[in-house]
Order: sequence, then structure tokens, then C-alpha cells
Amino acid sequence: MSDQTHLTTALDVDAIRSDFPILQQKPYGRELAYLDNGATAQKPQCVIAAVNTYYREQNSNIHRGVHFLSEKATKAYEGARTTVKNFLNARSEKEIVFVRGTTEAINLIAYTFGRSQIGEGDEILVSEMEHHSNIVPWQILCEERGCTLKVVPISDSGEISIEDVQQLINERTKLVSMVYVSNSLGTVNPIKKVIDIAHSHDIPVLVDGAQSTPHMRVDVQELGCDFYTVSGHKLFGPTGIGVLYGREEILENMPPFHGGGDMIRSVSFSGTEYNSLPFKFEAGTPNIAGTIGLAEAMKYVDSIGYDAIHAHEQDLLAYATEKLQTIDGLRIIGTAENKASVISFVMDGIHPHDIGSFVDRQGVAIRVGHHCTQPVMEKFGIPATSRASFTMYNTREEADRLVEALQMVREMFG
Amino acid sequence: MNDEIKELYQQVILDHNKNPRNFGTPDSCSHDANGHNPLCGDTVHVYLTVNNGVIEDAHFKGAGCAISKASASIMTDIVRGKSVEEAKKLFEAFHKLIVDDSIEPDVDVYGKLAVFAGVREFPSRVKCASLAWHTMQAAIDNTNEVTTE
Repeated sequence: MSDQTHLTTALDVDAIRSDFPILQQKPYGRELAYLDNGATAQKPQCVIAAVNTYYREQNSNIHRGVHFLSEKATKAYEGARTTVKNFLNARSEKEIVFVRGTTEAINLIAYTFGRSQIGEGDEILVSEMEHHSNIVPWQILCEERGCTLKVVPISDSGEISIEDVQQLINERTKLVSMVYVSNSLGTVNPIKKVIDIAHSHDIPVLVDGAQSTPHMRVDVQELGCDFYTVSGHKLFGPTGIGVLYGREEILENMPPFHGGGDMIRSVSFSGTEYNSLPFKFEAGTPNIAGTIGLAEAMKYVDSIGYDAIHAHEQDLLAYATEKLQTIDGLRIIGTAENKASVISFVMDGIHPHDIGSFVDRQGVAIRVGHHCTQPVMEKFGIPATSRASFTMYNTREEADRLVEALQMVREMFG
Repeated sequence: MNDEIKELYQQVILDHNKNPRNFGTPDSCSHDANGHNPLCGDTVHVYLTVNNGVIEDAHFKGAGCAISKASASIMTDIVRGKSVEEAKKLFEAFHKLIVDDSIEPDVDVYGKLAVFAGVREFPSRVKCASLAWHTMQAAIDNTNEVTTE
């Protein structure tokens, strides 16, 4: 039994690295240490090949074509939907809507569910650690509808408190929209508890899964959320593709988002009948190649296994956290008990942009800036952070190289 | 260490970053403007005292990276005593210096500004170096707000 446990959690990092052609690059003559996975993950060869094969052998428009290629493309596109359904453990393909990304998914909910269900005096509850894409669509809705955005505060460690959630939810709350894993702090929110509280008041919950899906297995039925969003490119898939999962009953009752081809059953000037789920929300020719690439990325993640990925990332998180703390004047922003492999930090007297440029020339790619979470920066009283985010192909050696580069920055800036 | 990094973070820049000159809000000024780089959140406020077309005094306040801080510090030093026209011409020359590889960063021509030639190897940092200058220009032109976008 213990042998088996070992087998399911060990990760062959060398083999994984060889699956990612871009990691062979040598920026400025150095090995590439790509620690910006929170912004976008690199793509394995199988994803690149799937997109390539689509354009070489299957390219055609889907659904209404009657010819050979159109049937091939439709099969590949709808096959991708089934892969996504299984990956998230949704009940049916009707609950899987392909979108451009997490941002579009949240906007879709704001414009459809929001406009039809949320009105004057109503409230939407988010947290202080949201990405701008889970703030601004609600602000636009609030301006239009006269509703109010309520915010669950975060503590100095970057965590929300369940008591605050309980206190802020009331009879005016019409939706809770919260991030599962914070992109700038790494905090893993107790999202199941939040969902349970909201549901005890019959309030639907949208979970922003942009940063959680790359790190952990998400079963939407087990979680019980009403909406869940996936970013394709953060999950080793192509850019420009994402997923909105929605519970069938709730999607069924929502008005459409964009109007156009494919989202209709029949059109006449006396009235238009909308298509069934999920097509009602997929107007126009979709990103067919993107969906195929995303499905391939999900198969790849499954072939590695979330248990092994999680164990590897948690090892890197613990290792890098300890090493970073040895640097003089370095402070980690986001010290939640439950974190994904994302480390934001600041260094006394050195601006993150200077850090970013410096470590880049050592071949280490990190993110610097406000990470589209300006309220988080405001909360911590800082303009920006440097952020290293680790994934399955990263190594302890790469963490060491980051630390070494930061020590050089420290020496240079004194 | 990477040579281009050494070229970017010259001692003069590191020194001005650590001990910025003309930093703070002056008691009075005739022109001022606020500059903002939305990309990285850098902000700078430039205060000028202009008399008969001559910049008699220049100060700045703000928060940003070493490049933007050193640029504001050196700029406020260098424009003092210059006419408004001369300051604008300096900005043009400075801008060329930080983007154009073909320009020799001659100290006799550029004086202290020559240290910023290394920025040309870092396209993402050009706006850091030019923010204070854009802001000075806005102050002169009586445009109170400027962004690098």
C-alpha cells in the first residue's frame, strides 16, 4: 500500500520538462527558470501538436456543415466539451460553456444572471483579494442596476474569516462571487464553507477558478458551486479559451449573453427562438482549436495526476519560502496557512520592477507589479510585489537560482 | 552579472535612487503636474518655479522604481537654470538617448543624462525613465495630469 502511495505521488520532473519545448530556451545564455506560471503556464508538446493537427487535418466550421471536415471538426469540438465535463465532473455537457477566458466567464454572469436577477438595493459579495476581473464587472453592474458590492476583508496573513462571510450575507445578497486561490497572495480560500453558508440562504455562488484549476482537482458537484470558471492558458492550454461551468437549472433560466449565429434555434423578424444549452451562450464561431488544445491539456494534467502535482508544488512552496526568508529585508506578502505554490514578496528599499529586470537577466522569469489586485496592494500599503509561482515542471534548483539572483540584487542596491 | 544590467544600474543611478535630490514638496511653485505610469503604478509629482521663461527651481515627489526615481532626481537637477525651451529640447534629446541604439551616449553632450543610455536595452523600462520628463512637460504646458499610456 505504501509503495502504491509513493508511486502515485512521485513526479518525474525531468520527463515533464522534456514535454515542454519552450523550457529548452536559454535567455541571455542561461537556463530558463520560468516562475511566472500564475500569469500563464507553458504548453506541453501534446497541446501544441493537437492545435497543429486541428489546423492541418480538421479545420472547418462546426455544427452546421455537412461535409467531411466539418463533421471532423464538430466531433473534435464536442469531444473537447466531454473531456472538460469529465475533468470538472459536471453532470452534463450542457453545463460546459466555452468562453475566451475567466474574464469573459465572469462578465457573462454579470451581464446575464446579473442583469436579470440583481436589482436596486441588492448586494453582491466578493472578497478583498479578488482579481480586477472579479471586481470591475460587478461595479459596472452596480452602476447600471443600483446594487451594491460588499467586500469580505482579508487579514494581515491574507485570509478571509468565515465569521465575516456569515455576517456580510443577508437577505439582500443575490450572489457570492469569490476566488478559490488568490493570484497575488496564494491563499486557498475555504470555498466549500463559503458555498455552504451562501446556500443555506439560497444564494448562488460563482467560484473564480483561474488560479485553483492548475493546482488542485476540482469536482464541481462535490464543491456544490453554481458557477465555476477555468482559464485555459493557466492550465497549460492555449490562450483565448476558457470554461464557464454553470448548473443546468441556473443556466437554463438565464438570458443569452451575445446574440448571433449558433446561439439560436430559429430567427425571424417576428421573433427569435434561442438554442438549447450550452449553445445558447456560444454565439459566433468559437475558438475551436483552443478547445481542442485545452482538452488535450486537461488529459495531460490527468496523466500526471493532481496528487503528484500537488505534492511536488507544496514541496517547492515550503522550500522556496524558507530560502527566501534568509534574504535580508525580504518580506513575504500572503502567509495564509493554506497556500498554493505562489509566493509574493517585497524587499526593503528595492522596487519590484528593479528586482524583475535584474532576475530576468539571470534567466529567472517572475512577475512584478500589482497583479491586477490593486485592493490587495492597498491593504498591505505597497505599490507592487514580486511574485514567483511554481508548477509541476519547476525544481528546487530553480528556487535556488531565484534566491541567488535576489541576493545579488540585495548586494547591488545595498 | 549580466553586462546590460550593470549598464542599467550604474552607480550614479543607484546613488540617486537611494538619496534622491530635490525630493519633497516646495513651499511654493508656479507650475506642477502629476505623472502616473498605469503599467507599474509609478507616480511622480513635479513642481517648477518658472520666472520669465526660466526654470528657477524644480522638485519632485513620488514613488517608483530606481530608474524612475533617479531620472526625476537628475532631471530636477539638470533643468534648474535652463529656459523652458531648453528643457523641452533636453527632453527630446533624452528620449532619443533612451530608445535609439545609434546615439552615442557622449558625456560631453548629455552630461549626467548619459547614464540612462542603458535603458535602451530594456524596452519595458523606457517609460520608467521618461515619466518624470513627461510630467515636467505637462507642468510647463499646464496639463495637470499625464500618464505614460
